[in-house]
Amino acid sequence: MGLLRGFAPRNDISGRVFRLPLKEYLTVKDVFGVKDIFGPLMLVEAVEGVTYGELTEVRLPTGDIRRGRVLEISDSTVLVQVFEGTLGIGTDNVRVRFLGKGQEIPVSRDMLGRVFDGEGRVADGGPPIIPEKRLNINGSPINPCARDYPNEFIQTGISTIDGLNTLVRGQKLPIFSGAGLPHARLAAQIARQARLIAAGEEKVGGGATALSGFAVVFAAMGITFEEADYFISEFRKTGAMERAVLFINLAEDPPIERLAVPRMALTAAEYLAFELDMHVLVILTDMTNYSEALREVSAARREVPGRRGYPGYLYTDLATIYERAGRLKGKKGSITQIPILTMPEDDKTHPVPDLTGYITEGQLILSRTLHNRGISPPVDILPSLSRLKDKGIGKGKTREDHADISNQLYAAYARGNSAKELAVILGEGALSPTDRLYVEFSERFDREFVQQGETENRSVEETLNIGWRLLGLLPRKELKRIRPEYLEKYYKPGTRG
Amino acid sequence: MEGIITRVAGPLVVARGLKETKIFDMVKVGHLKLMGEVIEIRGENYSIQVYEETEGIGPGQPVYPSGEPLSVELGPGLIGAIFDGVQRPLDVIEARMGAYIVRGVEYPSLPRDKKWHFQPTAKKGDRVVPGDVLGVVRESPLVVQRIMVPLGIEGELTYIEEKEATLEEVIARINGRGVSQYAPTEITMLQRWPVRQARPPRQKLPPEDPLVTGQRILDTLFPVVKGGTACVPGPFGSGKTVIQQQLAKWADADIIIYVGCGERGNEMADVLLSFPELKDPKSGRPLMERTVLVANTSNMPVAAREASIFTGITIAEYYRDMGYHVALMADSTSRWAEAMREISGRLEEMPGEEGFPPYLGSRLATFYERSGSILCLGSQGRKGTLSVIGSVSPPGGDLSEPVTQATLRVVKVFWSLDDRLASQRHFPAVNWLTSYSLYQPAVDAYAGKRIAPGWKENRKETHRILQREAELEELVRLVGVEALSPEDRLIMEVARMIREDFLHQNAFHEVDTYTPLEKQYLLLEVILKFYTQAQEALKRGVELARIIDLPVREEIAKLRYIPLTQKEVFQRVIDKISEQL
Ligand SMILES: Nc1ncnc2c1ncn2[C@@H]1O[C@H](COP(=O)(O)OP(=O)(O)O)[C@@H](O)[C@H]1O
Ligand SMILES: [Mg+2]
Repeated sequence: MGLLRGFAPRNDISGRVFRLPLKEYLTVKDVFGVKDIFGPLMLVEAVEGVTYGELTEVRLPTGDIRRGRVLEISDSTVLVQVFEGTLGIGTDNVRVRFLGKGQEIPVSRDMLGRVFDGEGRVADGGPPIIPEKRLNINGSPINPCARDYPNEFIQTGISTIDGLNTLVRGQKLPIFSGAGLPHARLAAQIARQARLIAAGEEKVGGGATALSGFAVVFAAMGITFEEADYFISEFRKTGAMERAVLFINLAEDPPIERLAVPRMALTAAEYLAFELDMHVLVILTDMTNYSEALREVSAARREVPGRRGYPGYLYTDLATIYERAGRLKGKKGSITQIPILTMPEDDKTHPVPDLTGYITEGQLILSRTLHNRGISPPVDILPSLSRLKDKGIGKGKTREDHADISNQLYAAYARGNSAKELAVILGEGALSPTDRLYVEFSERFDREFVQQGETENRSVEETLNIGWRLLGLLPRKELKRIRPEYLEKYYKPGTRG
Repeated sequence: MEGIITRVAGPLVVARGLKETKIFDMVKVGHLKLMGEVIEIRGENYSIQVYEETEGIGPGQPVYPSGEPLSVELGPGLIGAIFDGVQRPLDVIEARMGAYIVRGVEYPSLPRDKKWHFQPTAKKGDRVVPGDVLGVVRESPLVVQRIMVPLGIEGELTYIEEKEATLEEVIARINGRGVSQYAPTEITMLQRWPVRQARPPRQKLPPEDPLVTGQRILDTLFPVVKGGTACVPGPFGSGKTVIQQQLAKWADADIIIYVGCGERGNEMADVLLSFPELKDPKSGRPLMERTVLVANTSNMPVAAREASIFTGITIAEYYRDMGYHVALMADSTSRWAEAMREISGRLEEMPGEEGFPPYLGSRLATFYERSGSILCLGSQGRKGTLSVIGSVSPPGGDLSEPVTQATLRVVKVFWSLDDRLASQRHFPAVNWLTSYSLYQPAVDAYAGKRIAPGWKENRKETHRILQREAELEELVRLVGVEALSPEDRLIMEVARMIREDFLHQNAFHEVDTYTPLEKQYLLLEVILKFYTQAQEALKRGVELARIIDLPVREEIAKLRYIPLTQKEVFQRVIDKISEQL
């Protein structure tokens, strides 16, 4: 850089690392001097040596201690965000302690099988964790050069995912849901059935190949007790609990705490994945609640609001969470993320799903219409997408015809659905004979391909074969997205009915 | 003079006591010595945007001035490199510091120890002016870097020598006007340029030749030219990044600058891992040998994202000045605009539309205005071009938002990506009814001469058929398809062929991914031949159903997968059309 010149001799070619002098960093400072309290924030008189992002403890006259974080700081005041909320805090006799470090979490292999609250404290009545390390929950950005491209097929046993929106190890693939839709069941089914199928192994259904050890890190943000309980008992039932780490912030818990929950979960996940070589599946639910907490803080700061009151930096903030998924070169482990969010009014252009979709590597969208028609899991394949699909499928990974058949199923389903719409207005008679075939295709697609039981675990072969069976409804010359050699090999016309 | 921090708010730091520091100067912030840039001065208070995460920075900590504006290093070693938004070498940082980006690290952007073979093209005694080429260095098997006389220096060459030299060794001396009046100016292969300032050309020229991308809908219907500008707005998942990467792979430019601005880390990893494997269609060499990457992903500091666009375009201008055809892809300019918005918000500036700063439009314009076709600086009459293609990520896919609208006011080509097409997996999901290119006349003229005289007619006919299809679809929605005349139903059938057998293009198919102009022409020619002959057949009383069921149609559909080396296949299909009709 040009500025190198100002600091180093021009021939300095060695890299240099600057470290903060430790004594500056690790000193604890105390102050009585709370000036203002508004929303989840407090304005405190400045003390020397306090830094941005520092962890604080707010000590109330009652002896109560609440934790917080420095959001902004000048030489006269410090703005502190209080995780547990400011309810019951006055300006008298409140001592604010600055801890001289950022927010950290203790990590250890023993976290597996344990439940923590939204502050990262043990919440299952068990013994405390003896930490191997304490890690800053904000992490550091992954250097893009250090990333290994995710390309290993994960079989979830669910046709709409494996066949059309394939999940690969190290991907971040959210579920966009709506209030009352069965996203929890879908996520639990993924967590239960997900396994890696190495090339060459036999791909038969029902999990003939061993689960290659997915650990699960589960972060709940503002979800109901029932929903959290559903996941926990699911994990218990299937034995997944002993390789799971849970962070739970429920609907009645302090909202601001939610800002730290996914970061704690991902810090734990990174430790498991990149230091203990595990493959980690991270489930974050519900990111809409998370974003609302961010909006609350932003509003209290009187920042210029972006769309629907969410702060302009929501994108960047979400990215610092989602981008913590992936694989690293030279590391055995990986982090696969399934964030869940509910779309207010089922609207995918709402800022939370919208910005999420701009960051994640695709999305699985649940549809209320399908749900109401009794199709389950109600995955609407048309707006769903896995951006990493193409690198995870094909010969040696799933099957040679996978990409083509997937494209063709999409095209045919889209055409069938628009023909169906037309038929609703004008009647079947207005359709051309070919379009009538498409309508039949799309109806059977919902019933036979999308629909599957909660415990039905289909191999990818089965999934692709169902696809071919349905494409048999259409004349061969309609199947333009499929290479002739695969048509030759797999296409069987006319299994109608 | 060293300053003292008085305020920290996220990426914005305010300091006092920086007296001699000028606006846009670089500074080092806090004990961690984080990189920053002064972006506002109000009396005593200097506002600094910091290019690294500011946790651990606080009032009372020092700020060190550098006395220089944010600049990039220019010289051999750029090709094949990957930089962050402020030109830190990410590969070097990874090798030395590991997988995560550590703060406060400092490495030179270009390697100092590497020796390059400098081959003079000027000789002692020559009079040279800024922009004149002194000599060349083979930077990669695909790129010869031309070492030019820096701006502000001219006179007589008193020394120049062929040698193996590092970036900082003297390769030439110029006696005359220069840095010092008393001694000859020493020239090295390393130059610096402040990123916020455009590098001057001798003259701007009107762009004329197409930038061939091998993407059928782009080249045939909505072409961009070398030195032109284009934008790709679309909601998430509509194919912006794939289009940008396809252009980076196949566009017939000499140099590609790919700026990943606030987008996914894995997309950059994809480019890094695949470009060394992919072959340039012209030379057969790995694509990485003509590519420079600037990667400031969404999780990297937001102020450096703001700088990344300028870093990228300055490197691009440098190669343009050598006389190359350069293409820059910026994915996504919306993230850049958002970075501006965030900094502006922290400065508590008066917000414009949707919180964006009021200068959003003018910033976007200055960026795109750095594109163009030029006569290069210097006395040697080289021509260079710099094409700029920016993605736009409108919230909710709503094109009325400020970034899209401000972009449309400056760019000449609009590739509008359509959610509906993307959800049917019709890719590239470029909407053929709303997209446009203002370069069409220039490209018609070029292709009419170089490819086929019928180019323009075919293109217009294609537009017409697609337009007509949209009208007929409206009608069908009201009365059903059976109510249309056979002629109209034929049009709809042909439009479908155009969509499925020509416009749809699979980026992941080995042949389909790239279509040369000549093949683009042939494909359309075949479909339109079919159309005219089918029309005649209808007039003769042949039934539409029979025409639609002709076996030759399946063969037409397959043509896109036939490489141009088997040109006879195209002729055979044309013959079959005549036979069967
Ligand atoms: N030309 C194409 N051919 C095949 N698939 C494509 C093409 N363009 C886009 N896609 C598909 O669409 C997905 C999303 O495209 P992408 O460019 O990442 O969207 P955006 O950048 O607009 O969010 C890709 O992962 C790919 O599966
Ligand atoms: Mg993209």
